[in-house]
Amino acid sequence: MLTAQTKEYPLSAELQAKIDLVLESHDNDPTQIVGILLEVQDLNERHYVPEPTAYYLADRLGIPVTNVFDCLSFYSELSATPRAKYPIQVCSSPACRVNRIDTERLLNTLQNLLDIKIGEITYDGRFTLERTTCYGACDRAPSVRINGHVYDHLDSIEKIEALLRSLK
Amino acid sequence: MNESQEMVKLTINNIPIEVPKGTKIMQAAQTIGIDIPHLCYHEDQRIKAHCRLCSVEVTGKKRLLAACSTEVWEGMDVHTDTQIVRDTQVSILQLMLANHHKDCLSCPRNQNCDLQRLCSRFNILESHLPSVVKEEPRIETNPSIVRDPSKCIRCGRCIRACKDVQGIAALTYAGRSSDIVVTTAFNKPMEATDCILCGQCSLVCPTGAIVEKDDTQKVLDALQDNTKHVIVQVAPSVRVALGDAFGLEPGAIVTGQMVTALKLLGFDKVFDTNFGADLTIMEEGHEFLHRLNNDGVLPMMTSCSPGWVNYMEKHFPSCIDHLSSAKSPMSMFGAIAKTYYAQQAGLKPQEIVTVSIMPCTAKKFEAARPEMGRDGYQDVDIVLTTRELIKLIKYVGLSIGKLPENDFDSPLGLASGAGAIFGATGGVMEAALRTVYEKVTGKTLEKVEFMDVRGFDGIKEATIHLPGRDVRIAVAHTLKNARKIMEQVKKGTSPYDFIEIMACPGGCIGGGGQPIGTTNAIRKQRIAALYEIDRTLPIRKSHENPDIQTLYQDFLGEPLSERAHELLHTHYHKVDKPYQFD
Repeated sequence: MLTAQTKEYPLSAELQAKIDLVLESHDNDPTQIVGILLEVQDLNERHYVPEPTAYYLADRLGIPVTNVFDCLSFYSELSATPRAKYPIQVCSSPACRVNRIDTERLLNTLQNLLDIKIGEITYDGRFTLERTTCYGACDRAPSVRINGHVYDHLDSIEKIEALLRSLK
Repeated sequence: MNESQEMVKLTINNIPIEVPKGTKIMQAAQTIGIDIPHLCYHEDQRIKAHCRLCSVEVTGKKRLLAACSTEVWEGMDVHTDTQIVRDTQVSILQLMLANHHKDCLSCPRNQNCDLQRLCSRFNILESHLPSVVKEEPRIETNPSIVRDPSKCIRCGRCIRACKDVQGIAALTYAGRSSDIVVTTAFNKPMEATDCILCGQCSLVCPTGAIVEKDDTQKVLDALQDNTKHVIVQVAPSVRVALGDAFGLEPGAIVTGQMVTALKLLGFDKVFDTNFGADLTIMEEGHEFLHRLNNDGVLPMMTSCSPGWVNYMEKHFPSCIDHLSSAKSPMSMFGAIAKTYYAQQAGLKPQEIVTVSIMPCTAKKFEAARPEMGRDGYQDVDIVLTTRELIKLIKYVGLSIGKLPENDFDSPLGLASGAGAIFGATGGVMEAALRTVYEKVTGKTLEKVEFMDVRGFDGIKEATIHLPGRDVRIAVAHTLKNARKIMEQVKKGTSPYDFIEIMACPGGCIGGGGQPIGTTNAIRKQRIAALYEIDRTLPIRKSHENPDIQTLYQDFLGEPLSERAHELLHTHYHKVDKPYQFD
């Protein structure tokens, strides 16, 4: 009853080595968990931290796995479930939204071109639309953030289309 | 009160008071009988100040302050009953209700729920806000603990109990803002996490979000079944905790009344787990001597706390050989009930239903272990917590304080004082030492109290002088303390020979199945009551219990005999982790 299904060697040696490097660069310091998770998440093409990886980090850092899960679920930049190759984050803070014509066009264009709504993922797994809190690019609004990179001044349909086309 | 302590003068609701510096507003108010409403605050936990229900007005401050976390200062002028305070408190409760599954009538915590009590106090008869509660199913995948996320008010008391008391951290907050929930890592069922089913989370939960698995109906069904002979055993710590729920002083000893209540409920026989405890001492004590004399695995560790056994199996599987193979008193009792007692009473084991009343949620899991039984039946069929017994007693309308007293039935009802103190941290060790000492020295132990192992300290240690060698012992309660001892055992640096560990704070008297409202102060009163029971009993050593002596003569032979091994001993297994890394 208490027995969990043990999965033999859930991480490939290659991935484990990469994670170990990340941990080493953070001095194996559990207080740097957020930075560690951001880097480990980028090792996965789908930009998330899978369950076995979270358990591995908890094991290596000597912290409860609940701490890792708490961080993963708290920060919108982190995810415990698979995301798209390009998670498109749209800021929901007022400073980005005061120019309503531009921001509404941004959101509508993204939804129309990708044929998904906020929170959904495209059929090919390339794009997802996510709301996020302020990432400090108010002066460059309307903008989106994709994998940590901010794409700014998206004030026309053409620019938005060009951005999507550029992401292969 | 320490006279040299600096005192602070303040007024609360215009009443001048003086309290020691560092006192929080909430405690200061309590000294003059004002109960500031609170939900996330718990007197045994560190302050969280999450729920803000204890907000009060302080003259000169623009905002309301949380009474649980704000220290008083000289000249402070506190008001707990102004309009703005009341409006705030009502609004907070209204917001909580909007996100709460309000099925009070069918909730296991009906009439014993802090949220319900506060709504009643503030006369909130219906929520004025639209419900935003998400329909979420109850999670009842294990035999001990049930979670109902739709009743959670996110106060965090369970998280603190799991992390700070037990050091396990199976529960956590996840998400943020309006999405915040209390859950396990990756939302796994409790039994698939580091949880050991001790139930301390259920003891501190202010609502019905974490409760014990309710088996009362199974008992009622068995009692109505004329083809079944239903017997019940009661753990030592239940008799000093039961009274709480019936308005008696904490620690009130209600043994005789409890027996009457169980007889009135319709049990065919009412027996005492303390008898099983005496039996455990006979086996465990001799096992220890055997290990000591034959270079066995030392330190030997007690194994009667099922939460602790689960912890060992999950967290320190490489040290399992250190656990005593003796079953717990409950399971020993069950095995004897379905063999020796069945023989005596002329019944088939299958006709007997054994019910246990335990202070513990993990006992439900223990009873369900496949190794705790033989020939297709379990030694113990149904385990009820103290809380479930309270429900049953209330169901038949009995008032514990007024019932006449009755004695346990024989032959499994006579127990020594050593059996009684099993319920307190250090009790098993003390009980074992009384027997071990006399067996080794052949002398009569005049002073049976081992004071070194008594008290509420996290880890206690002592040295017992036996002929030929000194025996070093340790006693720990809560798994946070157990971990400290286990790290030494794992490294092979443990200085001890014999270690007692209880998973719950204070031992079984503070178990996860005890009445809601159990605090450390109450735990101490219950411990004192158990020592009082021991002090007043004519027999205080397990091996002097005449019914135990008869049991060995007629049925078991001697301690550690083949039959004793078959019925009274077991083995434990490594529990795999969800993922194993090198």
